[in-house]
Amino acid sequence: MKASEAARDAQPIAATADKNSAGPRARISADFLFRNLSAAVAMLVAISLLGILIALWREGWEALHHFGWRFLVSTSWNPVSEHFGALVFIVGTLISSAIALVIAVPVSFGIALFISEMAPRWLRNPVSAAIELLAAIPSIIYGMWGLLVFAPWFSNFEPWINDHLGALPGIGLLFQGPPMGIGMLSAGIVLGIMIIPFIAAIMRDVFLITPAPLKESAYAMGATKWEVARKVILPYTRTAVTGGIFLGLGRALGETMAVTFIIGNANNLSASLLMPGSSIASVIANEFTEATTHLYKSALLALGLILFVITFIVLVLAKLLLLRLDRMEGRKA
Amino acid sequence: MISRYQRRKLVNLFNLGVAVLATIFGVFWLIWILWTTLRYGASSVNWALFTQDTPAPGSSGGGLRNAFVGSLILLGMAVAIGAPVGVLAGTWLAEFAARRKLGAMVRFLNDILLSAPSIVIGLFAYAIIVDPSGHFSAYSGGVALALILIPVVVRTTDEMLRLVPGSLREAAIALGTPYWKLVTRITWRASASGILTGVLLGIARISGETAPLLFTALNNQFWSTSLDHPIANLPMVIFQFAMSPYTNWQQLAWAGAFVAVAFILLLSLVARLIVRRGRGA
Repeated sequence: MKASEAARDAQPIAATADKNSAGPRARISADFLFRNLSAAVAMLVAISLLGILIALWREGWEALHHFGWRFLVSTSWNPVSEHFGALVFIVGTLISSAIALVIAVPVSFGIALFISEMAPRWLRNPVSAAIELLAAIPSIIYGMWGLLVFAPWFSNFEPWINDHLGALPGIGLLFQGPPMGIGMLSAGIVLGIMIIPFIAAIMRDVFLITPAPLKESAYAMGATKWEVARKVILPYTRTAVTGGIFLGLGRALGETMAVTFIIGNANNLSASLLMPGSSIASVIANEFTEATTHLYKSALLALGLILFVITFIVLVLAKLLLLRLDRMEGRKA
Repeated sequence: MISRYQRRKLVNLFNLGVAVLATIFGVFWLIWILWTTLRYGASSVNWALFTQDTPAPGSSGGGLRNAFVGSLILLGMAVAIGAPVGVLAGTWLAEFAARRKLGAMVRFLNDILLSAPSIVIGLFAYAIIVDPSGHFSAYSGGVALALILIPVVVRTTDEMLRLVPGSLREAAIALGTPYWKLVTRITWRASASGILTGVLLGIARISGETAPLLFTALNNQFWSTSLDHPIANLPMVIFQFAMSPYTNWQQLAWAGAFVAVAFILLLSLVARLIVRRGRGA
């Protein structure tokens, strides 16, 4: 709207200018205005990331200054005694995202392979659309469904996980706990479902732009479909596939509502994945409106800063890896 | 003993089978979630849902009128701020910076912003608006949502404008058209449906966002249209009601979830149709 207003404002200038036959200069000024207005707005968008960093740094400074490095490595989070450490939440964020990746990466690969190489033409678009719709469903719906439908259902399997995986030496410790349905594992699974569409979409796109001659020559040598996928398509698209996975990871790290519903919100570390935990995003969502003191609020904003920095690094890596994809598309076009 | 050839065929069959299962796995969740919201939500949709405000805890009846209106106000604000900014910035990227280093950098940062956690955007809006002004307000929520909408619009505008053939621009320039007129009258018009799609997808994206509203628009149990006060909105009401122990509240949360999902799916569908029609023409 601003743009069209600017255009409308600029139009009479040019029109009158034409009449006064002082054309070029007035035209240049309308052009100048439009070009610089749009440039300024674009810069504003780009700078907003820096703005986020500065704003969170300023607001979180009190806590960061007060606790120093211990803020990052302390596991205690006690609003009453005002002792705050972020480690529990950092670890919780990383574990839940790791579980999500373990689920989402192979599934996304399968989906991308199905859509790009196996599905008959008529099935391609509907399946693609269905997977994309998974991304359109808001995270609050995932959370609500996760808490009220998925968790009670999943708790039926937890005794089995206890008995079988929990009995294994070493990693058994990860799978022991009461069958509550909610907890780190459930949150990771729901997160995994949520990031499938992001990873699958990128894998599908890069699989589809793998040059046909490359695949055909492998088929001509007698390779099976799986061998072509595994030994031709995947190596060719490896960088972009990794980028897609990082993009999914970036989503998982910052996902808030679904995790808040399902993770159980316990402010301590436990070895078992079946026990409740917390992520950075979930603790901010849960406690922000309850944070009455300055230091408490500042600690939560400092957590937000940590989350922002982690996701920023992951997303930059993702985009750098994906730049190759743009170049490949450019070559095709 | 099976031959090497047979083993390769078996491995192939097995892995392709797993790929099909993975696809079914993905679609399975979609159907389950949609079916759940339909089953619990559709039955609770009635006239009162749209004519009555959110009920007090533990009481029966009530609706989500204030939440629907609040959400529409927030969406309206976000679009009013975000759409012009996004379209202008996208225009700059496509028309003035297509081959420049600076343009590539802005595009890169915009993509990062596109994937940035929405809770961080909410904290940012808190830091720049709520904290200085000293109170939660509807407009801070609108700004937070606009910040999420902007990168979506920037990206689609940029992509759609770059699809406009260069010969169209050259033809206009050859006639002596000033650049601003070329953009507003020709390239914008040529890609209008694409830009509209971007805005629609952006609205679909923000209409379910909850995290950025936690620290900005908050929630309001009562009817309020004041932009300077906390305002009721659908995502926050769903959050509060779904977490509550009251069956009436949970029922309303499902109804709200159903309306939200239906709204978002409709928007996505319309956006898809616009794109398809644009491609066919």
